[in-house]
Amino acid sequence: MQKKISNLPFKGTKEQEEQLKAVIAENCHDKSNVMVVMQKAQDIYGYLPIEVQEMIADGMGVPLEKVYGVATFYAQFALSPKGQYNISVCLGTACYVKGSGDVLERLKERLGIDVGECSSDEKFSLEACRCIGACGLAPVLTVNDEVYGRLVPDDVDKILAKYA
Amino acid sequence: MRLVVGEGSCGLAAGAGAVYQQLEELLAQGNEAGVELGITGCNGMCFLEPIVDLYDDEGALHRLVKVQAKDAKAIYEAATTGNLSLVDKLRISASDAEFLDRQTRIALRDCGVIDPESLDDYLAHGGYQAIGKILSQGMSQEDVIHEIDVAGLRGRGGAGFPTAFKWRAARDAKADETGQKYLICNADEGDPGAFMDRAVIEGDPHSLIEGMLVGGYAIGATEGIVYVRAEYPLAIVRLRKAIADATERGYLGQNILGSDFSFTLRIKAGAGAFVCGEETALIESLEGKRGMPRLKPPFPAQAGYWLKPSNINNVETYANVAWIINNGGAAYAAMGTEGSKGTKVFALSGKIARGGLVEIPMGTTLREVIFDIGGGIRGGKQFKAVQLGGPSGGCVPAEKLDTVIDYNELAATGAIMGSGGMVVMDEDTCMVGMARFFLDFTAKESCGKCVHCRLGTKRMLEILDRIVNGQGEEGDIEKLEELCYAIKDGALCGLGQTAPNPVLTTIRYFRDELEAHINEHRCPAGECRELITYFIDKDACVGCTSCARQCPAGAITGERKSPHEIDPALCIKCGNCKTACRFGAVRVR
Repeated sequence: MQKKISNLPFKGTKEQEEQLKAVIAENCHDKSNVMVVMQKAQDIYGYLPIEVQEMIADGMGVPLEKVYGVATFYAQFALSPKGQYNISVCLGTACYVKGSGDVLERLKERLGIDVGECSSDEKFSLEACRCIGACGLAPVLTVNDEVYGRLVPDDVDKILAKYA
Repeated sequence: MRLVVGEGSCGLAAGAGAVYQQLEELLAQGNEAGVELGITGCNGMCFLEPIVDLYDDEGALHRLVKVQAKDAKAIYEAATTGNLSLVDKLRISASDAEFLDRQTRIALRDCGVIDPESLDDYLAHGGYQAIGKILSQGMSQEDVIHEIDVAGLRGRGGAGFPTAFKWRAARDAKADETGQKYLICNADEGDPGAFMDRAVIEGDPHSLIEGMLVGGYAIGATEGIVYVRAEYPLAIVRLRKAIADATERGYLGQNILGSDFSFTLRIKAGAGAFVCGEETALIESLEGKRGMPRLKPPFPAQAGYWLKPSNINNVETYANVAWIINNGGAAYAAMGTEGSKGTKVFALSGKIARGGLVEIPMGTTLREVIFDIGGGIRGGKQFKAVQLGGPSGGCVPAEKLDTVIDYNELAATGAIMGSGGMVVMDEDTCMVGMARFFLDFTAKESCGKCVHCRLGTKRMLEILDRIVNGQGEEGDIEKLEELCYAIKDGALCGLGQTAPNPVLTTIRYFRDELEAHINEHRCPAGECRELITYFIDKDACVGCTSCARQCPAGAITGERKSPHEIDPALCIKCGNCKTACRFGAVRVR
């Protein structure tokens, strides 16, 4: 799956870099921990810009190409920043059958962004995700860790208003 | 009195957390009756979440369903005063209760019953007796594998490979000088529509640990790894706690229960790649690489994780193991059919009246599962098909509903047992759209290693895209078929080999729908946007104006109390009017 690579400037802080270095120091004895470090790096920065991937490659002693390869392979790794509120619409089979595609369309329309993008005020980002296993509540979406279920497109405005 | 709130992911999403919090606050304010409050995992009745189980002083269960935070007060009063009539309106109906009564639960035996965060609760329900029996009675590795063999347990992750065969191969494989072998659990439950593995880990994590202990003993592994998909954060939290508790109490670690058997267990979180459900791709991912499948042979039993002998089974498979050791393989094999023994868990979802987890003996028919247990189609519509096995499976039509659940019988329909996802579709679901949906999924999830899979699925998706957009051409079906067989033959792993199944079953059972799209540019289910027009049935319209108010395009006109009209030139086919109309006057053609 093609990933959207952000061209927003990298805004990492010194504290974030310290945190990442500590994570690398803890894991660099075993190269199979590359993915673990990348997951933690994403928790720290919210996404994995090339600058962060370079730090991981250097710290773990693996080629950048390998880190980049892993970052582009797995859906969870984001190469574009997430908004303050990341909205993730489930497009698993059960949700799809019950109309999550329409919910996603409505969100795109309201936010004016496409899947994988972040609004210019960095408030909302939108993604389509694989089945999150809440099929009994289909269709579902999550805003950060909050889950909303049994949705119809008209619920979109109410949900967005909660975070506006 | 004891109150137990169902806190699986789905229960929490439906609001169980708020219910628990309210009850906790109320009990903190006053609880002279000594009411206990606890949690449990998912009992599989997703359609009734959130659920609170009230056990009275005699231990009888009163199940309260669709509980909201505002109901907490009534439940609190009922529990503290003993006046259970206060919660009568929340009680589960007799017909809904049948959902559980008709099941036979082995893998899910404790899900929704015990507190998943309590090792003591697991012990109280017979936990860790299987590994205790093996170690105290000095059962040999072969004794254990023999029992699994007698049970006829086959892999529950999809392919249905005999578990005993895999265990024997891993046990017999020669380890290198380090003597290291690995036992791996595949909890990368990626099939959309399947969530039984999540339910087991969230609801009964110790049963997975115990199954893995038995497997580790049987193959001679001292280290186990559970590969859990990243989308299941609660499962990871609960499993991590269970592993820590089991280690602290001596069920994991060195010299388990005083024997010379040692086994440690750790979790590895995936990062979102469907192909990692394939065992060799999973191993690559465990090693920190892109999850691309390896060529087999050598099989993981010979050269798996770090090229050491490794055995991989799925969560549900392991969840059956302790029961088999405790009750004997013959008891397990007494259920099911000639070729498929025991029980299987299915995740019922889609347009079904009662969606959730269903565990039934093999040999049950699809009709019994969907209509007797699942309650049939929601909203009284017509059943059209059931999708089995996710992107690797296929759609089984109404005329095949009497097919029994059995690996071979299901394969004969063109679908597969798969991991147990059962997505039910009604007359409003377009089967061509469904096939396109799955191809879109596999095309995106193809790892790109094999040309047939990488490009073949893409080409198929393009053809299906054209068809649902009304640009289908004569010969498209034949082209699709040709690509299907080429991909099946040319792909290295299960993802590619099974990717064409949804399209093949659509061609086989719903050819008329495909032809309607291609030849007449018509979508019989009324779902493909490019092929449909919305219109208002003048006789049914009462002129309530609710459709016009919902229309974002201003395409609906008409006077109040007289029939309205949709201007097809302005209509964007969002379907809002159809949802808004309470008289069924908005139609699609």
